[in-house]
Amino acid sequence: MESLQLLVSGLANGCVYGLIALGFVLIYKATEALNFAQGDMMMLGAFVTLGLTNDHYWALPFWVSVPIALLLMGAFGYVLEITLLRRMSGQSQIAVVVLTVALGFIIRFLAGAIWGHEPQSLESPIAGVNVRLSGLVLGLDEVAVILVTIVLTGLLYLGFAHTRLGLAMQATSQNQLAAYYMGIPVKRVSALIWCLSGVVATAAGILLASKGSIDPNSGFLGIKAFAAAVIGGLGSLPGALLGGLVIGVIEPFAARYVAAGFSQVVPYAVLLLVLIIRPSGILSQVRDKKV
Amino acid sequence: MSQSNAVPMLSVSNIESYYGPIIAIRGISLEVPKQRIVAVLGANGAGKTTLLKTISGIMEPEKGAVMLEGQAIGGDEPAAIVRKGVAHVPEGREIFPLLSVRDNLSLGAYTRPAADGIAEDMEMVFGYFPILKERAGQLAGTLSGGQQQMLAIARGMMARPRIMLLDEPSLGLSPLAVKEIFAVIRRLNVEQGVTMMLVEQNARAALELADYGYVLELGRVVMEGSSSRLLSSPDIQEFYLGVKESGQRGQRRWKRRKTWR
Ligand SMILES: Nc1ncnc2c1ncn2[C@@H]1O[C@H](COP(=O)(O)OP(=O)(O)OP(=O)(O)O)[C@@H](O)[C@H]1O
Ligand SMILES: [Mg+2]
Repeated sequence: MESLQLLVSGLANGCVYGLIALGFVLIYKATEALNFAQGDMMMLGAFVTLGLTNDHYWALPFWVSVPIALLLMGAFGYVLEITLLRRMSGQSQIAVVVLTVALGFIIRFLAGAIWGHEPQSLESPIAGVNVRLSGLVLGLDEVAVILVTIVLTGLLYLGFAHTRLGLAMQATSQNQLAAYYMGIPVKRVSALIWCLSGVVATAAGILLASKGSIDPNSGFLGIKAFAAAVIGGLGSLPGALLGGLVIGVIEPFAARYVAAGFSQVVPYAVLLLVLIIRPSGILSQVRDKKV
Repeated sequence: MSQSNAVPMLSVSNIESYYGPIIAIRGISLEVPKQRIVAVLGANGAGKTTLLKTISGIMEPEKGAVMLEGQAIGGDEPAAIVRKGVAHVPEGREIFPLLSVRDNLSLGAYTRPAADGIAEDMEMVFGYFPILKERAGQLAGTLSGGQQQMLAIARGMMARPRIMLLDEPSLGLSPLAVKEIFAVIRRLNVEQGVTMMLVEQNARAALELADYGYVLELGRVVMEGSSSRLLSSPDIQEFYLGVKESGQRGQRRWKRRKTWR
Protein backbone atom coordinates (compact mmCIF):
# COMPACT_ATOMS: atom_id res chain seq x y z
CA MET A 1 0.00 0.00 0.00
CA GLU A 2 2.69 2.40 0.98
CA SER A 3 4.73 1.66 -2.08
CA LEU A 4 1.67 2.26 -4.24
CA GLN A 5 1.36 5.69 -2.68
CA LEU A 6 5.02 6.34 -3.30
CA LEU A 7 4.56 5.19 -6.86
CA VAL A 8 1.66 7.54 -7.52
CA SER A 9 3.40 10.51 -6.02
CA GLY A 10 6.57 9.62 -7.92
CA LEU A 11 4.65 9.33 -11.16
CA ALA A 12 3.05 12.71 -10.54
CA ASN A 13 6.41 14.37 -10.01
CA GLY A 14 7.74 12.45 -12.98
CA CYS A 15 4.96 13.87 -15.16
CA VAL A 16 6.11 17.38 -14.32
CA TYR A 17 9.74 16.53 -15.09
CA GLY A 18 8.61 14.75 -18.22
CA LEU A 19 6.62 17.73 -19.47
CA ILE A 20 9.55 20.08 -18.91
CA ALA A 21 11.82 17.58 -20.66
CA LEU A 22 9.29 17.36 -23.50
CA GLY A 23 9.53 21.09 -24.11
CA PHE A 24 13.28 20.85 -23.95
CA VAL A 25 13.44 18.03 -26.50
CA LEU A 26 10.90 19.70 -28.79
CA ILE A 27 13.19 22.69 -29.13
CA TYR A 28 16.34 20.62 -29.34
CA LYS A 29 15.00 18.42 -32.11
CA ALA A 30 13.56 21.16 -34.25
CA THR A 31 16.19 23.84 -33.82
CA GLU A 32 19.19 22.10 -32.24
CA ALA A 33 19.17 24.65 -29.44
CA LEU A 34 19.61 23.43 -25.87
CA ASN A 35 17.20 25.58 -23.89
CA PHE A 36 18.47 25.70 -20.33
CA ALA A 37 15.74 28.20 -19.50
CA GLN A 38 13.03 25.55 -19.97
CA GLY A 39 12.66 25.07 -16.20
CA ASP A 40 12.45 28.81 -15.71
CA MET A 41 9.77 29.06 -18.37
CA MET A 42 7.87 26.44 -16.38
CA MET A 43 8.29 28.56 -13.24
CA LEU A 44 7.27 31.73 -15.04
CA GLY A 45 4.19 30.03 -16.48
CA ALA A 46 3.20 28.90 -12.99
CA PHE A 47 3.64 32.41 -11.60
CA VAL A 48 1.69 34.00 -14.43
CA THR A 49 -1.22 31.64 -13.73
CA LEU A 50 -0.91 32.25 -10.02
CA GLY A 51 -0.79 36.00 -10.56
CA LEU A 52 -3.99 35.80 -12.56
CA THR A 53 -6.00 33.51 -10.34
CA ASN A 54 -4.81 33.71 -6.72
CA ASP A 55 -7.00 35.76 -4.41
CA HIS A 56 -4.46 38.30 -3.33
CA TYR A 57 -3.47 39.00 -6.94
CA TRP A 58 -6.04 39.33 -9.75
CA ALA A 59 -8.45 36.69 -8.46
CA LEU A 60 -9.70 35.65 -11.89
CA PRO A 61 -11.49 32.29 -12.10
CA PHE A 62 -9.06 29.38 -12.47
CA TRP A 63 -10.53 28.22 -15.76
CA VAL A 64 -10.16 31.71 -17.22
CA SER A 65 -6.63 32.15 -15.91
CA VAL A 66 -5.28 28.90 -17.34
CA PRO A 67 -5.98 29.61 -21.01
CA ILE A 68 -4.76 33.20 -20.65
CA ALA A 69 -1.52 32.00 -19.05
CA LEU A 70 -1.01 29.34 -21.72
CA LEU A 71 -1.59 31.95 -24.40
CA LEU A 72 0.73 34.50 -22.82
CA MET A 73 3.50 31.97 -22.34
CA GLY A 74 3.05 30.65 -25.86
CA ALA A 75 3.46 34.19 -27.12
CA PHE A 76 6.48 34.60 -24.85
CA GLY A 77 8.15 31.54 -26.41
CA TYR A 78 7.30 32.73 -29.91
CA VAL A 79 8.73 36.19 -29.28
CA LEU A 80 11.88 34.75 -27.70
CA GLU A 81 12.51 32.81 -30.88
CA ILE A 82 11.97 35.64 -33.31
CA THR A 83 13.86 38.24 -31.29
CA LEU A 84 16.75 36.28 -29.78
CA LEU A 85 17.18 32.70 -30.89
CA ARG A 86 16.77 33.40 -34.59
CA ARG A 87 19.72 35.76 -34.47
CA MET A 88 21.86 32.98 -33.08
CA SER A 89 21.61 30.80 -36.16
CA GLY A 90 25.08 30.06 -37.40
CA GLN A 91 26.53 30.59 -33.92
CA SER A 92 28.00 27.75 -31.91
CA GLN A 93 25.78 25.66 -29.68
CA ILE A 94 27.69 26.97 -26.66
CA ALA A 95 26.63 30.50 -27.54
CA VAL A 96 23.00 29.38 -27.51
CA VAL A 97 23.51 27.61 -24.17
CA VAL A 98 25.01 30.77 -22.66
CA LEU A 99 22.10 32.78 -24.01
CA THR A 100 19.47 30.48 -22.51
CA VAL A 101 21.28 30.25 -19.18
CA ALA A 102 21.32 34.05 -19.06
CA LEU A 103 17.66 34.06 -20.01
CA GLY A 104 16.98 31.79 -17.04
CA PHE A 105 18.69 34.28 -14.71
CA ILE A 106 16.60 37.12 -16.10
CA ILE A 107 13.34 35.16 -15.73
CA ARG A 108 14.20 34.23 -12.12
CA PHE A 109 15.06 37.84 -11.34
CA LEU A 110 11.83 39.13 -12.87
CA ALA A 111 9.68 36.52 -11.12
CA GLY A 112 11.30 37.39 -7.79
CA ALA A 113 10.78 41.09 -8.36
CA ILE A 114 7.11 40.68 -9.29
CA TRP A 115 5.91 37.83 -7.08
CA GLY A 116 8.50 37.73 -4.30
CA HIS A 117 10.75 34.91 -3.17
CA GLU A 118 8.40 33.06 -0.82
CA PRO A 119 7.03 29.72 -1.99
CA GLN A 120 3.40 30.06 -3.07
CA SER A 121 0.74 27.57 -4.06
CA LEU A 122 -1.61 27.91 -6.94
CA GLU A 123 -5.23 28.12 -5.82
CA SER A 124 -6.50 25.47 -8.15
CA PRO A 125 -9.53 23.18 -7.90
CA ILE A 126 -7.30 20.14 -7.58
CA ALA A 127 -5.04 21.45 -4.83
CA GLY A 128 -5.08 19.74 -1.45
CA VAL A 129 -8.02 17.38 -2.03
CA ASN A 130 -7.54 13.74 -1.14
CA VAL A 131 -9.43 10.80 -2.51
CA ARG A 132 -9.82 7.65 -0.50
CA LEU A 133 -9.65 4.51 -2.56
CA SER A 134 -10.13 1.27 -0.59
CA GLY A 135 -7.81 2.23 2.22
CA LEU A 136 -5.46 4.05 -0.07
CA VAL A 137 -5.15 7.79 0.34
CA LEU A 138 -4.21 9.45 -2.92
CA GLY A 139 -3.87 13.15 -3.46
CA LEU A 140 -6.42 14.24 -6.06
CA ASP A 141 -3.76 16.66 -7.22
CA GLU A 142 -1.40 13.80 -7.95
CA VAL A 143 -4.01 11.80 -9.82
CA ALA A 144 -5.01 14.93 -11.73
CA VAL A 145 -1.40 15.61 -12.69
CA ILE A 146 -1.10 12.13 -14.14
CA LEU A 147 -4.40 12.36 -16.00
CA VAL A 148 -3.67 15.82 -17.40
CA THR A 149 -0.27 14.66 -18.58
CA ILE A 150 -1.78 11.67 -20.32
CA VAL A 151 -4.37 13.83 -22.08
CA LEU A 152 -1.83 16.48 -23.01
CA THR A 153 0.67 14.05 -24.48
CA GLY A 154 -2.16 12.29 -26.32
CA LEU A 155 -3.18 15.59 -27.88
CA LEU A 156 0.40 16.39 -28.77
CA TYR A 157 0.78 12.99 -30.36
CA LEU A 158 -2.36 13.42 -32.46
CA GLY A 159 -1.28 16.92 -33.42
CA PHE A 160 2.13 15.78 -34.56
CA ALA A 161 0.91 12.74 -36.43
CA HIS A 162 -2.21 14.07 -38.09
CA THR A 163 -2.00 17.77 -38.78
CA ARG A 164 -0.16 19.56 -41.55
CA LEU A 165 1.67 21.76 -39.07
CA GLY A 166 2.57 18.80 -36.88
CA LEU A 167 3.99 16.97 -39.87
CA ALA A 168 5.96 20.08 -40.80
CA MET A 169 7.33 20.23 -37.24
CA GLN A 170 8.39 16.59 -37.41
CA ALA A 171 9.97 17.13 -40.80
CA THR A 172 11.86 20.17 -39.56
CA SER A 173 13.25 18.25 -36.62
CA GLN A 174 14.23 15.24 -38.70
CA ASN A 175 15.92 17.09 -41.53
CA GLN A 176 15.93 20.84 -41.48
CA LEU A 177 17.60 21.24 -44.84
CA ALA A 178 15.06 18.99 -46.54
CA ALA A 179 12.29 20.94 -44.84
CA TYR A 180 13.59 24.05 -46.59
CA TYR A 181 13.62 22.14 -49.88
CA MET A 182 9.96 21.24 -49.40
CA GLY A 183 9.07 24.89 -48.98
CA ILE A 184 8.24 24.49 -45.30
CA PRO A 185 8.64 27.90 -43.64
CA VAL A 186 11.30 26.58 -41.28
CA LYS A 187 11.76 29.84 -39.40
CA ARG A 188 8.07 30.15 -38.62
CA VAL A 189 7.95 26.50 -37.61
CA SER A 190 10.85 27.10 -35.22
CA ALA A 191 9.02 30.02 -33.66
CA LEU A 192 5.90 27.88 -33.30
CA ILE A 193 7.97 25.15 -31.64
CA TRP A 194 9.15 27.68 -29.06
CA CYS A 195 5.54 28.76 -28.64
CA LEU A 196 4.43 25.17 -28.08
CA SER A 197 7.30 24.60 -25.73
CA GLY A 198 6.24 27.63 -23.69
CA VAL A 199 2.72 26.22 -23.51
CA VAL A 200 3.90 22.78 -22.39
CA ALA A 201 6.22 24.35 -19.81
CA THR A 202 3.31 26.36 -18.45
CA ALA A 203 1.15 23.25 -18.19
CA ALA A 204 3.95 21.64 -16.19
CA GLY A 205 4.21 24.73 -14.00
CA ILE A 206 0.47 24.79 -13.32
CA LEU A 207 0.53 21.14 -12.31
CA LEU A 208 3.56 21.62 -10.10
CA ALA A 209 2.18 24.69 -8.38
CA SER A 210 -1.19 22.99 -7.84
CA LYS A 211 0.19 19.99 -6.05
CA GLY A 212 2.92 21.82 -4.18
CA SER A 213 4.33 25.29 -4.32
CA ILE A 214 6.64 27.33 -6.46
CA ASP A 215 9.18 30.03 -5.92
CA PRO A 216 11.55 31.73 -8.37
CA ASN A 217 14.13 28.99 -7.86
CA SER A 218 11.72 26.21 -8.85
CA GLY A 219 13.13 26.57 -12.33
CA PHE A 220 16.09 24.52 -11.19
CA LEU A 221 13.82 21.51 -11.57
CA GLY A 222 14.82 22.01 -15.18
CA ILE A 223 18.10 20.29 -14.33
CA LYS A 224 16.20 17.13 -13.43
CA ALA A 225 14.18 17.51 -16.60
CA PHE A 226 17.38 17.82 -18.57
CA ALA A 227 18.61 14.62 -16.94
CA ALA A 228 15.28 13.06 -17.88
CA ALA A 229 15.72 14.15 -21.48
CA VAL A 230 19.22 12.68 -21.58
CA ILE A 231 18.07 9.41 -20.04
CA GLY A 232 15.36 9.31 -22.66
CA GLY A 233 17.87 9.80 -25.42
CA LEU A 234 17.67 13.57 -25.98
CA GLY A 235 16.05 13.09 -29.34
CA SER A 236 12.81 11.39 -28.58
CA LEU A 237 9.61 12.86 -27.21
CA PRO A 238 8.33 9.62 -25.66
CA GLY A 239 11.84 9.14 -24.30
CA ALA A 240 11.70 12.52 -22.57
CA LEU A 241 8.45 11.61 -20.85
CA LEU A 242 9.74 8.20 -19.89
CA GLY A 243 12.95 9.68 -18.53
CA GLY A 244 10.90 12.10 -16.45
CA LEU A 245 8.80 9.26 -15.06
CA VAL A 246 11.91 7.22 -14.24
CA ILE A 247 13.47 10.06 -12.26
CA GLY A 248 10.16 10.92 -10.65
CA VAL A 249 9.57 7.36 -9.46
CA ILE A 250 13.13 6.83 -8.27
CA GLU A 251 13.07 9.90 -6.04
CA PRO A 252 10.44 8.95 -3.44
CA PHE A 253 11.70 5.37 -3.22
CA ALA A 254 15.25 6.60 -2.78
CA ALA A 255 14.08 9.02 -0.10
CA ARG A 256 12.30 6.16 1.65
CA TYR A 257 14.92 3.45 1.40
CA VAL A 258 18.29 5.16 0.90
CA ALA A 259 20.18 6.86 3.71
CA ALA A 260 19.30 10.51 4.06
CA GLY A 261 21.81 12.69 2.31
CA PHE A 262 22.35 10.14 -0.43
CA SER A 263 18.82 9.92 -1.67
CA GLN A 264 18.96 13.15 -3.68
CA VAL A 265 21.95 11.81 -5.57
CA VAL A 266 20.21 8.68 -6.76
CA PRO A 267 18.53 10.16 -9.87
CA TYR A 268 21.88 11.46 -11.06
CA ALA A 269 23.54 8.16 -10.32
CA VAL A 270 20.91 6.60 -12.56
CA LEU A 271 21.70 9.22 -15.18
CA LEU A 272 25.37 8.27 -15.06
CA LEU A 273 24.51 4.61 -15.20
CA VAL A 274 22.36 5.13 -18.30
CA LEU A 275 25.13 7.14 -19.91
CA ILE A 276 27.60 4.35 -19.23
CA ILE A 277 25.39 1.47 -20.27
CA ARG A 278 23.67 3.06 -23.23
CA PRO A 279 25.89 5.85 -24.47
CA SER A 280 25.20 4.85 -28.05
CA GLY A 281 21.66 6.11 -27.89
CA ILE A 282 22.79 9.55 -26.96
CA LEU A 283 25.93 9.65 -29.03
CA SER A 284 24.15 8.47 -32.15
CA GLN A 285 21.75 11.37 -31.86
CA VAL A 286 24.68 13.73 -31.71
CA ARG A 287 26.41 12.06 -34.61
CA ASP A 288 23.30 12.22 -36.78
CA LYS A 289 23.15 15.97 -36.46
CA LYS A 290 24.39 17.78 -39.50
CA VAL A 291 26.78 20.58 -38.71
CA MET B 1 19.00 24.74 -79.64
CA SER B 2 15.88 24.91 -81.75
CA GLN B 3 13.81 26.75 -79.15
CA SER B 4 16.39 29.39 -78.47
CA ASN B 5 13.99 32.27 -79.17
CA ALA B 6 11.37 31.13 -76.69
CA VAL B 7 11.66 32.24 -73.06
CA PRO B 8 13.65 29.55 -71.29
CA MET B 9 12.15 27.80 -68.28
CA LEU B 10 15.19 28.75 -66.26
CA SER B 11 17.93 31.13 -66.97
CA VAL B 12 20.81 31.96 -64.73
CA SER B 13 23.10 34.84 -65.57
CA ASN B 14 26.42 35.61 -64.03
CA ILE B 15 25.60 34.34 -60.58
CA GLU B 16 28.18 34.25 -57.81
CA SER B 17 27.65 32.46 -54.50
CA TYR B 18 29.82 32.37 -51.43
CA TYR B 19 30.19 30.26 -48.31
CA GLY B 20 31.23 33.03 -45.96
CA PRO B 21 34.31 34.50 -47.61
CA ILE B 22 34.85 31.49 -49.88
CA ILE B 23 33.57 31.86 -53.40
CA ALA B 24 31.97 28.63 -54.67
CA ILE B 25 30.52 29.68 -58.00
CA ARG B 26 32.04 32.53 -59.91
CA GLY B 27 29.86 33.92 -62.62
CA ILE B 28 27.82 31.04 -64.02
CA SER B 29 25.36 31.65 -66.84
CA LEU B 30 23.19 28.95 -68.32
CA GLU B 31 19.76 28.26 -69.72
CA VAL B 32 17.31 25.41 -69.43
CA PRO B 33 14.73 25.50 -72.25
CA LYS B 34 11.16 24.45 -71.52
CA GLN B 35 10.41 20.73 -71.51
CA ARG B 36 14.04 19.81 -72.05
CA ILE B 37 16.57 17.94 -69.98
CA VAL B 38 19.80 19.81 -69.38
CA ALA B 39 22.76 18.16 -67.71
CA VAL B 40 25.40 19.92 -65.62
CA LEU B 41 28.60 17.94 -65.27
CA GLY B 42 31.58 18.53 -63.08
CA ALA B 43 34.02 16.92 -60.71
CA ASN B 44 33.80 17.01 -56.91
CA GLY B 45 33.74 20.54 -55.64
CA ALA B 46 33.03 22.10 -59.02
CA GLY B 47 30.07 23.96 -57.58
CA LYS B 48 27.17 21.90 -58.92
CA THR B 49 25.31 21.59 -55.63
CA THR B 50 25.97 25.23 -54.83
CA LEU B 51 24.48 26.18 -58.19
CA LEU B 52 21.28 24.24 -57.48
CA LYS B 53 21.05 25.61 -53.93
CA THR B 54 21.35 29.10 -55.31
CA ILE B 55 18.56 28.48 -57.81
CA SER B 56 16.20 27.03 -55.20
CA GLY B 57 16.83 29.86 -52.76
CA ILE B 58 18.65 27.89 -50.05
CA MET B 59 21.58 30.19 -50.78
CA GLU B 60 21.36 33.76 -51.93
CA PRO B 61 23.40 34.76 -54.95
CA GLU B 62 25.80 37.57 -54.20
CA LYS B 63 25.57 38.75 -57.79
CA GLY B 64 23.65 37.86 -60.92
CA ALA B 65 20.07 36.93 -61.75
CA VAL B 66 17.96 33.78 -61.63
CA MET B 67 14.90 33.91 -63.88
CA LEU B 68 12.05 31.41 -63.99
CA GLU B 69 10.17 31.83 -67.27
CA GLY B 70 11.40 35.40 -67.44
CA GLN B 71 10.44 36.24 -63.85
CA ALA B 72 13.24 37.04 -61.41
CA ILE B 73 13.36 34.64 -58.44
CA GLY B 74 16.90 35.30 -57.21
CA GLY B 75 16.87 36.10 -53.48
CA ASP B 76 13.32 34.81 -52.88
CA GLU B 77 12.61 32.55 -49.90
CA PRO B 78 12.86 28.81 -50.71
CA ALA B 79 9.15 28.39 -49.96
CA ALA B 80 8.23 31.06 -52.52
CA ILE B 81 10.44 29.41 -55.12
CA VAL B 82 8.87 25.99 -54.55
CA ARG B 83 5.46 27.60 -54.90
CA LYS B 84 6.50 29.10 -58.22
CA GLY B 85 7.26 25.63 -59.53
CA VAL B 86 10.84 24.69 -58.74
CA ALA B 87 11.34 21.33 -57.04
CA HIS B 88 14.79 20.51 -55.71
CA VAL B 89 15.67 16.83 -55.37
CA PRO B 90 18.76 17.18 -53.22
CA GLU B 91 22.07 15.39 -53.24
CA GLY B 92 21.99 12.42 -50.88
CA ARG B 93 18.17 12.20 -51.08
CA GLU B 94 17.52 13.99 -47.79
CA ILE B 95 14.30 12.17 -47.07
CA PHE B 96 12.58 12.33 -43.68
CA PRO B 97 13.77 9.01 -42.24
CA LEU B 98 11.31 8.65 -39.35
CA LEU B 99 8.22 9.51 -41.36
CA SER B 100 6.32 7.11 -43.55
CA VAL B 101 6.74 7.11 -47.31
CA ARG B 102 3.24 8.57 -47.57
CA ASP B 103 4.01 11.40 -45.14
CA ASN B 104 7.21 12.17 -47.03
CA LEU B 105 5.15 12.50 -50.19
CA SER B 106 2.56 14.72 -48.48
CA LEU B 107 5.36 17.01 -47.36
CA GLY B 108 6.43 17.34 -50.98
CA ALA B 109 3.07 19.02 -51.55
CA TYR B 110 3.41 21.23 -48.48
CA THR B 111 3.18 24.50 -50.36
CA ARG B 112 -0.03 23.50 -52.14
CA PRO B 113 -3.56 24.04 -50.83
CA ALA B 114 -5.09 20.86 -49.44
CA ALA B 115 -7.85 20.50 -52.05
CA ASP B 116 -5.50 20.88 -54.98
CA GLY B 117 -5.59 17.32 -56.30
CA ILE B 118 -2.87 16.11 -53.98
CA ALA B 119 -4.45 12.66 -53.64
CA GLU B 120 -4.52 12.30 -57.42
CA ASP B 121 -0.89 13.31 -57.63
CA MET B 122 0.01 10.73 -55.05
CA GLU B 123 -1.59 8.10 -57.28
CA MET B 124 0.31 9.60 -60.22
CA VAL B 125 3.71 9.19 -58.51
CA PHE B 126 2.73 5.71 -57.32
CA GLY B 127 2.12 4.94 -60.99
CA TYR B 128 5.72 5.83 -61.79
CA PHE B 129 7.16 4.17 -58.69
CA PRO B 130 4.94 1.19 -57.79
CA ILE B 131 7.36 0.09 -55.07
CA LEU B 132 6.58 3.28 -53.15
CA LYS B 133 2.90 2.36 -53.14
CA GLU B 134 3.78 -1.04 -51.74
CA ARG B 135 5.89 0.62 -49.04
CA ALA B 136 3.58 3.59 -48.41
CA GLY B 137 3.22 2.89 -44.70
CA GLN B 138 6.84 2.03 -44.09
CA LEU B 139 9.32 4.45 -42.48
CA ALA B 140 11.28 6.12 -45.25
CA GLY B 141 14.58 5.52 -43.47
CA THR B 142 14.11 1.78 -43.90
CA LEU B 143 13.99 1.98 -47.71
CA SER B 144 16.99 0.92 -49.79
CA GLY B 145 19.17 3.59 -51.34
CA GLY B 146 17.54 3.23 -54.73
CA GLN B 147 14.06 3.35 -53.23
CA GLN B 148 15.01 6.45 -51.24
CA GLN B 149 16.12 8.10 -54.46
CA MET B 150 12.78 7.20 -56.02
CA LEU B 151 11.06 8.68 -53.00
CA ALA B 152 13.08 11.89 -53.28
CA ILE B 153 12.04 12.26 -56.92
CA ALA B 154 8.43 11.35 -56.21
CA ARG B 155 8.37 13.82 -53.33
CA GLY B 156 9.68 16.47 -55.70
CA MET B 157 6.88 15.66 -58.17
CA MET B 158 4.31 16.22 -55.42
CA ALA B 159 5.08 19.93 -55.63
CA ARG B 160 3.76 19.86 -59.24
CA PRO B 161 6.92 21.50 -60.44
CA ARG B 162 7.53 23.21 -63.73
CA ILE B 163 11.20 22.41 -63.37
CA MET B 164 12.94 19.80 -61.28
CA LEU B 165 16.51 20.24 -60.10
CA LEU B 166 18.08 16.81 -59.66
CA ASP B 167 21.36 16.67 -57.74
CA GLU B 168 23.27 13.48 -58.53
CA PRO B 169 20.35 11.05 -58.53
CA SER B 170 22.73 8.25 -59.55
CA LEU B 171 24.94 8.68 -56.47
CA GLY B 172 25.70 5.34 -54.86
CA LEU B 173 23.26 3.34 -56.97
CA SER B 174 23.85 0.18 -58.97
CA PRO B 175 23.99 0.57 -62.76
CA LEU B 176 20.64 -1.17 -62.98
CA ALA B 177 19.00 1.19 -60.50
CA VAL B 178 20.50 4.17 -62.33
CA LYS B 179 18.99 2.91 -65.55
CA GLU B 180 15.59 2.50 -63.92
CA ILE B 181 15.62 5.93 -62.34
CA PHE B 182 16.87 7.72 -65.42
CA ALA B 183 14.12 6.04 -67.44
CA VAL B 184 11.52 7.45 -65.06
CA ILE B 185 13.12 10.90 -65.24
CA ARG B 186 12.73 10.76 -69.01
CA ARG B 187 9.08 9.63 -68.70
CA LEU B 188 8.30 12.41 -66.23
CA ASN B 189 9.86 14.85 -68.65
CA VAL B 190 7.87 13.60 -71.63
CA GLU B 191 4.57 12.60 -70.00
CA GLN B 192 4.28 15.21 -67.26
CA GLY B 193 6.06 17.97 -69.13
CA VAL B 194 8.50 18.68 -66.33
CA THR B 195 11.67 20.44 -67.39
CA MET B 196 14.71 18.75 -65.88
CA MET B 197 18.03 20.17 -64.76
CA LEU B 198 20.23 17.22 -63.98
CA VAL B 199 23.49 17.55 -62.07
CA GLU B 200 25.70 14.51 -62.44
CA GLN B 201 29.17 13.08 -62.14
CA ASN B 202 27.99 10.08 -64.09
CA ALA B 203 28.58 11.95 -67.32
CA ARG B 204 27.71 9.19 -69.73
CA ALA B 205 24.33 8.37 -68.22
CA ALA B 206 23.53 12.06 -67.90
CA LEU B 207 24.45 12.95 -71.47
CA GLU B 208 22.56 9.97 -72.83
CA LEU B 209 19.48 11.30 -71.08
CA ALA B 210 19.93 15.04 -71.62
CA ASP B 211 19.49 17.20 -74.69
CA TYR B 212 22.18 19.65 -73.76
CA GLY B 213 25.01 19.84 -71.27
CA TYR B 214 27.24 22.24 -69.41
CA VAL B 215 30.57 21.40 -67.82
CA LEU B 216 31.52 23.17 -64.60
CA GLU B 217 34.97 23.45 -63.21
CA LEU B 218 35.99 25.43 -60.14
CA GLY B 219 32.76 27.38 -60.16
CA ARG B 220 32.76 28.30 -63.85
CA VAL B 221 31.19 26.95 -67.01
CA VAL B 222 34.10 25.73 -69.08
CA MET B 223 32.23 23.98 -71.85
CA GLU B 224 28.72 23.58 -73.19
CA GLY B 225 27.04 21.92 -76.10
CA SER B 226 24.46 19.46 -77.26
CA SER B 227 24.75 16.07 -75.63
CA SER B 228 25.93 14.39 -78.80
CA ARG B 229 28.62 16.99 -79.23
CA LEU B 230 29.80 16.64 -75.68
CA LEU B 231 29.73 12.86 -75.86
CA SER B 232 32.05 12.96 -78.84
CA SER B 233 34.35 15.65 -77.49
CA PRO B 234 37.82 14.25 -76.74
CA ASP B 235 38.10 16.33 -73.57
CA ILE B 236 34.86 15.03 -72.20
CA GLN B 237 35.74 11.51 -73.23
CA GLU B 238 39.02 11.64 -71.45
CA PHE B 239 38.14 13.52 -68.28
CA TYR B 240 34.53 12.56 -67.69
CA LEU B 241 33.84 9.36 -69.59
CA GLY B 242 37.06 7.62 -68.73
CA VAL B 243 37.87 6.77 -72.33
CA LYS B 244 41.61 6.21 -72.54
CA GLU B 245 43.49 6.82 -75.72
CA SER B 246 45.79 4.04 -76.74
CA GLY B 247 49.56 4.46 -76.84
CA GLN B 248 51.81 7.17 -75.48
CA ARG B 249 49.29 7.67 -72.75
CA GLY B 250 51.25 9.80 -70.36
CA GLN B 251 52.32 12.22 -73.00
CA ARG B 252 48.99 12.47 -74.78
CA ARG B 253 47.29 12.99 -71.52
CA TRP B 254 49.53 15.82 -70.62
CA LYS B 255 48.92 17.46 -73.97
CA ARG B 256 45.22 16.87 -73.82
CA ARG B 257 44.90 18.39 -70.44
CA LYS B 258 42.07 20.89 -70.40
CA THR B 259 42.17 22.38 -73.81
CA TRP B 260 39.11 24.39 -72.90
CA ARG B 261 41.12 26.68 -70.71
N1 LIG C 1 29.01 24.50 -46.37
C1 LIG C 1 30.13 24.87 -47.02
N2 LIG C 1 31.02 25.69 -46.44
C2 LIG C 1 32.15 26.08 -47.09
N3 LIG C 1 32.48 25.69 -48.32
C3 LIG C 1 31.63 24.86 -48.95
C4 LIG C 1 30.43 24.41 -48.34
N4 LIG C 1 29.77 23.60 -49.20
C5 LIG C 1 30.56 23.55 -50.30
N5 LIG C 1 31.66 24.31 -50.16
C6 LIG C 1 32.73 24.51 -51.15
O1 LIG C 1 32.18 25.05 -52.34
C7 LIG C 1 32.72 24.42 -53.47
C8 LIG C 1 31.62 23.84 -54.33
O2 LIG C 1 30.96 22.80 -53.60
P1 LIG C 1 29.70 22.01 -54.15
O3 LIG C 1 29.14 21.23 -53.04
O4 LIG C 1 28.81 22.96 -54.85
O5 LIG C 1 30.40 21.06 -55.19
P2 LIG C 1 29.76 19.90 -56.08
O6 LIG C 1 30.10 20.21 -57.49
O7 LIG C 1 28.34 19.71 -55.75
O8 LIG C 1 30.61 18.66 -55.61
P3 LIG C 1 30.17 17.12 -55.42
O9 LIG C 1 30.22 16.49 -56.77
O10 LIG C 1 31.24 16.57 -54.54
O11 LIG C 1 28.82 17.10 -54.81
C9 LIG C 1 33.69 23.39 -52.97
O12 LIG C 1 34.99 23.93 -53.07
C10 LIG C 1 33.32 23.18 -51.53
O13 LIG C 1 34.47 22.90 -50.76
MG1 LIG D 1 27.28 18.22 -54.97
